[in-house]
Amino acid sequence: MDWLLEADGVGQKLGVMLVAILLFVVVMGLILFFVDRPKNTPRWVVVTAFTGPAVLLIAFGLLYPGIKTIRDSFYNRTSDVFVGFDNYVTAFTQDEFQIVLRNTAIWVILVPIAATLLGLIYAVVVDRSRFEKFAKTLIFMPMAISMVGASIIWKFMYEYKPASRPQIGLLNQTLVWLGLEPQKFLLDAPMNTFWLIVVMIWIQAGFAMTILAAAIRAIPDDVVEAARLDGVNGLELFRHITVPSIRPALVVVLTTIAIGTLKVFDIVRTMTGGRFETSVIANEFYTQALRQGDTGLGSALAVILFVLVVPIIIYNVRQLRKTEEIR
Amino acid sequence: MSQAVPTTPDIDAPEGSRGDDTKAPRRTRSDKAARRLTSKPASIIAICLAVLWTIPTFGLFVTSFRPPTEIRSSGWWTSFFSTDYTLDNYSDALFSGSTSFASYFINSIVITLPAVVMPITIALLAAYAFAWIDFKGRTFLFVAVFALQVVPIQVTLVPLLTQYVDWGIAGSFWPIWLSHTIFALPLAIFLLHNFMKDIPRELVEAARVDGAGHVKIFFVVLMPLLVPAIAAFGIFQFLWVWNDLLVALTFGSAKDVAPMTVRLAELSGSRGASWHLLPAGAFISMIVPVAVFLGLQRYFVRGLLAGSVKG
Amino acid sequence: MTRTTTARGKRGLTVLAAGGAGLALVLAGCSSSDDSSDDTADVMADVDCADYEVYGDLEGTTVSVYSSIVDLEAEQQEQSYDPFEECTGATVEYEGSKEFEAQLPVRIQSGSAPDIAFVPQPGFLRTLVADYPDALTPVGDQASQNVDEFYSESWRDYGTVDGELYGTPLGANVKSFVWYSPSMFADAGYEVPESWEDMIALSDQIVEDTADDPDTKPWCAGIGSGDATGWPATDWLEDVMLRTAGPDVYDQWVSHEIPFNDPQVQDALAQVGTVLKNEEYVNGGLGDVTSIATTEFTEAGYPIIDQLCYMHRQASFYQANWSTLDPDLQVAEDGDIWAFYLPAPSDAEKKPLLGGGEFVVSFDDRPEVQAFQAYLASPEWSNNKATATPQGWISANNGLDTSLLQSPIDQLSVELLTDEEYEFRFDGSDMMPGQVGAGSFWTEMTEWIASDKSDEDVLDAIEASWPSS
Repeated sequence: MDWLLEADGVGQKLGVMLVAILLFVVVMGLILFFVDRPKNTPRWVVVTAFTGPAVLLIAFGLLYPGIKTIRDSFYNRTSDVFVGFDNYVTAFTQDEFQIVLRNTAIWVILVPIAATLLGLIYAVVVDRSRFEKFAKTLIFMPMAISMVGASIIWKFMYEYKPASRPQIGLLNQTLVWLGLEPQKFLLDAPMNTFWLIVVMIWIQAGFAMTILAAAIRAIPDDVVEAARLDGVNGLELFRHITVPSIRPALVVVLTTIAIGTLKVFDIVRTMTGGRFETSVIANEFYTQALRQGDTGLGSALAVILFVLVVPIIIYNVRQLRKTEEIR
Repeated sequence: MSQAVPTTPDIDAPEGSRGDDTKAPRRTRSDKAARRLTSKPASIIAICLAVLWTIPTFGLFVTSFRPPTEIRSSGWWTSFFSTDYTLDNYSDALFSGSTSFASYFINSIVITLPAVVMPITIALLAAYAFAWIDFKGRTFLFVAVFALQVVPIQVTLVPLLTQYVDWGIAGSFWPIWLSHTIFALPLAIFLLHNFMKDIPRELVEAARVDGAGHVKIFFVVLMPLLVPAIAAFGIFQFLWVWNDLLVALTFGSAKDVAPMTVRLAELSGSRGASWHLLPAGAFISMIVPVAVFLGLQRYFVRGLLAGSVKG
Repeated sequence: MTRTTTARGKRGLTVLAAGGAGLALVLAGCSSSDDSSDDTADVMADVDCADYEVYGDLEGTTVSVYSSIVDLEAEQQEQSYDPFEECTGATVEYEGSKEFEAQLPVRIQSGSAPDIAFVPQPGFLRTLVADYPDALTPVGDQASQNVDEFYSESWRDYGTVDGELYGTPLGANVKSFVWYSPSMFADAGYEVPESWEDMIALSDQIVEDTADDPDTKPWCAGIGSGDATGWPATDWLEDVMLRTAGPDVYDQWVSHEIPFNDPQVQDALAQVGTVLKNEEYVNGGLGDVTSIATTEFTEAGYPIIDQLCYMHRQASFYQANWSTLDPDLQVAEDGDIWAFYLPAPSDAEKKPLLGGGEFVVSFDDRPEVQAFQAYLASPEWSNNKATATPQGWISANNGLDTSLLQSPIDQLSVELLTDEEYEFRFDGSDMMPGQVGAGSFWTEMTEWIASDKSDEDVLDAIEASWPSS
């Protein structure tokens, strides 16, 4: 077994990888094989076999740490003295916490809507065009760059130099070309939050586009054809056929981006460090939990994140119920 | 399932989706024309968006070939008039470390493949159960799984690492694979469930009537229809793992298992003096994901659930 | 899905994998021909293993080291361990990460602490001891004796928590430097200022001489540094505080015996403001005062090259930034770039010197760990490290052979560090509790510049954030 825990040289690494995948396939295969053997397997056995691995892993890796976080949020920085709601009081009475909350709200509303909308429009307009593959790759590319890479790119975009000096940032150069004054994009609140949000939209539009383009492709031809015969024009087709047909996919995309946005801190951290009134809760959480080593306060901020996601969950449960009814 | 057979040869189908998907629905050329929105404004919007989306990356690409003195004194767009490009940034980024870059590259591959295969497989099974097996507490369990997406990875680091140390697997690839699998599951189940439940009931019922068990239905009826969805999620999971730094730093930063991101993160030096290497570093790490996207694109370009009757 | 597709899919993936492996091979081929140790002096050249007998035979043992030092500097670190490894038989496994400060506590809590860690701030060391009292090991006898013998009392104190020595000094740096261009000064007929008053007079002179050029200013500055944005401004305040209030008051301020918003601190901050918040003085080639907040500290000195700014206050380690920008730049007293000591007021008795450094902390008391910690506190290590480092490293070890230092700035730094005329003080923000030194002090100083927050409000806010215990 020790051989599997080592990583000496290319050969062994690739070997361990292949063995790991094989082992995994064999284990999963065995589970399914035994579930399927007797003809009338009790339903709970089937359910356990299908959901068991996922539920176990999630309980171990996410649920348990999540519960521990809730517990820690009522304890001091080293999690050994109970302090009641002190951490929450500290969090909410922190300087500028209102601004942090406001920024988080702006992020979590703007990013999903803008990214989904742009992704949707793009998916529709390039659908079946001659350059579809190439066009999709261009929008997808930001997804392939790490958050830190994206931050580097946009730091260059937003770079400020005084009007009398040559500009390095393309945005300010554009302003200068238009005869305007260069702006300190990252400094001037509250607009700087929007400039940071642009980065996230830029990344996430590729995700939205990929999923939505696929959903659009799945719209049955006869539906479109029928509408077309009724003399529906392009925009109406979009509103009355395309959008309703891909509604479930839209909900999925919006939800995924919203939750991702709540958690994102890399962009803020690398571009402004949360200064100049640009901080969001995830960034505050990171600062407290990992920079300051304050487990208590960090956990309290994480719990605030949990709470913020509740409306998104409720919305999804409603959607789920709706589709269940239809089925 | 629509078994529409093309009435005219599908000549201008995008490359790669041709010929190999005989069961997927075919659109006639007239369909295709009808589908498109009023094409001129649409094309203009598409081109504008594509250009806007690409310029920042393109700028970085040009920057990655410029010497540091140039980067800081003039905009990248001015460099077209002076051909002062250099490969130094790339050679420094690739070859200045004490451990060869190839070793990090191999580690990235070794980390990524299992970390994509494992969560997708496990999530497929779970998503199937949530979509097609009736059991008590199904909705509750599903919502719980999906809601756990919000747990920030950072709060899981200490509990997970403590266990890995206990089990004696810390420092190997296993903690990284296991962690990536765990973190991917909620979203994977959520997405795959969404696609899975859209598969027409009649298909599943028909198989049931024929006496197929869940395992058979899963493999024979559903899996083939899910290939595009799996490819789509696969590419995203690939990206997240490939670009991940946090999991790698916590569970696998030792040199023999550290992926490329760990190396790229330290490119700029302890105090950031080598900032000029960052653009080159960003591009080096981008090559593989973009290649994978292009490679997998043909699987999902023709549509998630291509072939189902229901939208 | 038909069989054809599956077959194609497999082929596609195989091709992809093969391509990846091919690329990896090419990379391996290139990198193996590129020997990175070519350009550094051979650390092993005159090592006498007799000096290492004190550490005993450590054959077959391994010591793991974790620190925030990465890339080139990490390689130089590793080279400096070669003699120890060679002579004792021990293996040192070095690992560096820029996320060191966030990752170290995670590892400690998970029971996978390294054997040795290099902690760059005494304040962080104190926090570690307070938060994880069982995890850290007090320094062993051998290393402790080395500290007594080769380091001054104050360096021992920085590594001491509650009377117990936990950290032995490693490297050091000097922060009281003002970077300038000797050739530019010579062209304009300027002299290096000898006192604070001279420096201000020189600044005014430059303002006058460049009145027709709106971009050129006497000073340039930048405090941008990701989530650590603001730290260069704290260094400014500390340096000026040492000069206006004196080292003794400075010590009281750092240890919170006087409040953070003491009137003497207000005076110092006002003094800093006469430079950093003076639109006539800053920010050469970079914009107005607020541009300081968004300019990356790594690039803030560069306007000197363009002759848009004359002076830039930054630590000795900034020399690396000049050589990455342009390897042809001559960093020398009569070259393109050089640094002068940030002068004290003419009536000051001693010349204060602000600096920083790292401390070696151990999490295990195995003999090889103790031996390695002792080695790192010895003059042998300091000299080996000096040999391995072309530029950017000094230490406060009095056994360091300064002739081994290869960069003129390093030599100047050690000269100041060992000169009786100068009184050394450790970077205050590094000594303060993390909530202040790596928190409110940074953020408030940023606000002070970015949104012109008043001196009083800034200091009051930092004082309010000082932890009560």
